[in-house]
Amino acid sequence: MLYREVGEFKTSYSEDSQTFPIRFDKYRYFFVLIVGLLFVPFVINDYWAGAVLLPFLIYSIAAIGLNILTGYCGQVSLGTGGFMAVGAYASYKLMTAFPDLNILFIIIISGFVTAIVGTLFGLPSLRIKGFYLAVATLAAQFFLIWLFNKVGWFYNYSASGMITSPSRSLGTFLITGPDATPAAQYLFCFLFVFLLAWVARNLTRGKIGRSWMAIRDMDIAAEIIGVNPLVAKLSAFAISSFYVGVAGALFFSVYLGAVEVTEAFSIQKSFIVLFMVIIGGLGSIFGSFAGAAFMVLLPVALKNLLVLQFGWPVDIAAHLEFIIIGGLIVFFLIVEPHGLAQLWNLLKQKLRLWPFPY
Amino acid sequence: MSADFLYTIEVILNGLMAGVLYALVALGFVLIFKASGIFNYAQGVMALFAALTLVGLQEGRVPFAHLINAVFGTHVHNFEWTLPALAAIILTVFVMILFAICVEKLILKHLVNQEPIILFMATIGLAYFMEGFGDLMWGSDVKKLNVGLPQGGSFWFEDLTIGWAAEGEKFYGMYVDVLDVWAAIIAVVLVLVLTIFSQYTKSGRALRAVADDHQAALSVGISLRMIWVLVWSISGFVALVAGMMWGAKSGVQFSLSLIALKALPVLMLGGFTSIPGAIVGGLIIGAGEKLFEFFVGGFIGGATENWFAYVLALLFLVFRPQGLFGEKIIERV
Amino acid sequence: MRDANKTIKGTMRNVPIMEIKNIVLRFGGVVAIQDISFDIFEGEIRAIIGPNGAGKSSMLNVINGFYHPQDGEVWFRGKKRAAMKPYQIAHQGIARTFQNIALFKGMTALDNIMTGRFTHMRKGIWSQIIWRGAASQEEYENREIVEKVIDFLEIQHIRKTPVGALPYGLQKRVELGRALAAEPQLLLLDEPMAGMNVEEKEDMSRYILDVNSEFGTTVALIEHDMGVVMDISDRVVVMDYGKKIGDGSPDEVRNNQAVIDAYLGISEK
Repeated sequence: MLYREVGEFKTSYSEDSQTFPIRFDKYRYFFVLIVGLLFVPFVINDYWAGAVLLPFLIYSIAAIGLNILTGYCGQVSLGTGGFMAVGAYASYKLMTAFPDLNILFIIIISGFVTAIVGTLFGLPSLRIKGFYLAVATLAAQFFLIWLFNKVGWFYNYSASGMITSPSRSLGTFLITGPDATPAAQYLFCFLFVFLLAWVARNLTRGKIGRSWMAIRDMDIAAEIIGVNPLVAKLSAFAISSFYVGVAGALFFSVYLGAVEVTEAFSIQKSFIVLFMVIIGGLGSIFGSFAGAAFMVLLPVALKNLLVLQFGWPVDIAAHLEFIIIGGLIVFFLIVEPHGLAQLWNLLKQKLRLWPFPY
Repeated sequence: MSADFLYTIEVILNGLMAGVLYALVALGFVLIFKASGIFNYAQGVMALFAALTLVGLQEGRVPFAHLINAVFGTHVHNFEWTLPALAAIILTVFVMILFAICVEKLILKHLVNQEPIILFMATIGLAYFMEGFGDLMWGSDVKKLNVGLPQGGSFWFEDLTIGWAAEGEKFYGMYVDVLDVWAAIIAVVLVLVLTIFSQYTKSGRALRAVADDHQAALSVGISLRMIWVLVWSISGFVALVAGMMWGAKSGVQFSLSLIALKALPVLMLGGFTSIPGAIVGGLIIGAGEKLFEFFVGGFIGGATENWFAYVLALLFLVFRPQGLFGEKIIERV
Repeated sequence: MRDANKTIKGTMRNVPIMEIKNIVLRFGGVVAIQDISFDIFEGEIRAIIGPNGAGKSSMLNVINGFYHPQDGEVWFRGKKRAAMKPYQIAHQGIARTFQNIALFKGMTALDNIMTGRFTHMRKGIWSQIIWRGAASQEEYENREIVEKVIDFLEIQHIRKTPVGALPYGLQKRVELGRALAAEPQLLLLDEPMAGMNVEEKEDMSRYILDVNSEFGTTVALIEHDMGVVMDISDRVVVMDYGKKIGDGSPDEVRNNQAVIDAYLGISEK
């Protein structure tokens, strides 16, 4: 099977702007969908769901969200952990206050709540840029975590200060709570990932996406083509926070089930998601998936290899993880700022020409 | 004087002392930022790494002992010797210089002319790397650092101030940690030395020239790469001093690099290009967060030190983006 | 030299599209523009010339809203313009290029020119989320206009190339394309030919003339190259040290003693 188009035969603009211009890519996309929907749910077990699949799906949503803000709109945020916490606590408050509300709506409303909070903390972006803004988003991170940790209303004054997800179901399938099956949880997250990735693709290929990229590349020039920086930046903050909020809500209610805010949503979370975006590729939706997969799989692989195979102590594996991730961040920023996604594209370019490269 | 008033003074005093430590880390940021326009997120981790190395050398620990033991199945931990504090400090300075050279060769050289935000993210990567590397090299246990600085409260000051309270008020004198006083003195000396260095030495002049105008400095034959190594070495030294103070105060551990994050709001306040700004910013944040906790914190749940500095800096930024002492940013169209 | 009395697409000449009235612009103590007035007629090519530091670029920045003058008025289409932000002015139909190219480096040439259509795209966020239907329809309609611009500027072959990788001359052309895609009523060009060789200058001059005659776009440009300016423009404003020292047809300006003294240096005659 040759991986290429057979010349430029596009006769309409819609053909020229399709997501997967090459038939093989389209088939592979459907293949992934079919495997993801019809195969994985039947073989999934607790280990795979807990260690790989659920975190991968949920982090993918968060990474797409941060990529919209950082990769497309050029505003670096170190507050992702804080915003995920907003999503988590919003879903907790909604679940406990409205026991009859469907979990689907709870997650979506949590996203909207986070969007509002994110927009609020995005306001300084109108005055400050670059790493000034990055440090300003730290204020969001630390303030929000403190708020959820100290103000009893948010955790319903529970003695431990933790929040625990009650059991909620979608139709006849339990999605949250200790009795939920991994298959149901996986499909629930898969649904969100699919929808949100599709929305992100549509937003980034049209007018809004171009206004974000214009702001990212040169804000002065963006203004002269008619982009209102206020609208562009705040919409990026709002939509990005929506994604991050949904990810936070899923992380708490579906994945972890019980959360202690200073542990689950610390500044480390902000960095992990940022690294997913950098390693995967700034300004690429596929890259967000690649980055999330990489960051989820690396610790699992290191643990399996070093601890289970070689019998090394756990802390060495943890330190090596830091070293590898830090080194890779620097490596990608130097060699390939567009991350894994660009490496993938280069490979595809090579494949297209294969076996006659000239 | 009423006891409440004296307590307030005590809070401010201790805040200022803590502020000195923030200022020390902020100083390292400013140096690198001025000379290369790089916002070095790793400054805090550099302080941690320097302190780890200092302890490791002083106690004669075998570097990478954990890794070596895991790979070869050996049981090495310590060498047979321990080093005196001064020798360990000097050796650590050399390690930090080596570190500066590596950073220049492996990272900065390849990122010339990149966007500041890319460089910023690269230093985040560097910080991560250093965290893992430092722990792998010296182990991740909490270490005690003792370089011979005195510790504990000052009885003299307590006795002095106890008499200030009005008759009948309950006041037992002000508590001031001697170590903090030493830190303040060392910080002052450090700033003086840096000022003299930048004013009266050839390298110092080159440094100021680069900070002023990269292109012009290059055109009169100043080697930018040499300057980078120099300034990262100096920042490494400043990091060592900061790490030493903090390590002596609360042990050398991972959280040290997080406390160092506090230097970021300090810079927001003081401006990224001003050494006096870093110091004043540090003092304001130190005193401000203690006062806020003292007066307001109790009513809203406490532990407001976690975010006060950041929110203050955020508000400040929105109204005065260049900080207290920074140069006004003029954007040309 | 062009006929100053011709008509373009039926529009009679001498209808001002923009009037600049007594503009004063100061930066601190420095006076960048000192009480300058002139007008731009609909359908003409209007040049602003002057030595370095004369305040030409500041003038353009006043027109498209980057600078707000301390004194004076800008009238657009017969109405006094309130103080506006640059993006609002873009929505009024004023587009511009920059002296040092201001393209979006991370995007392809096609995407850069597509951004020029921003002011013409109206579909809201919900239809963009769904994409199929309204939003994609709008996208393809605008793409068609962009393709016309691409054809016009003869840059079909670099459509999908990231602009950062393009040579200088082509970048200038893409930037012009972005401004043209907006279908502006008034097009501001800040030194469109700076740093070009003779051949590229000729190309660029031809594009400017074609834009003006084919689409009837009013053009106001700043240029250093006197020869080019005199050839393509209908009327010329001359600035020096923030003051207007000449205004009129190229011939009038060429023979104006004050202009000769200031711009070309005191002549030996």
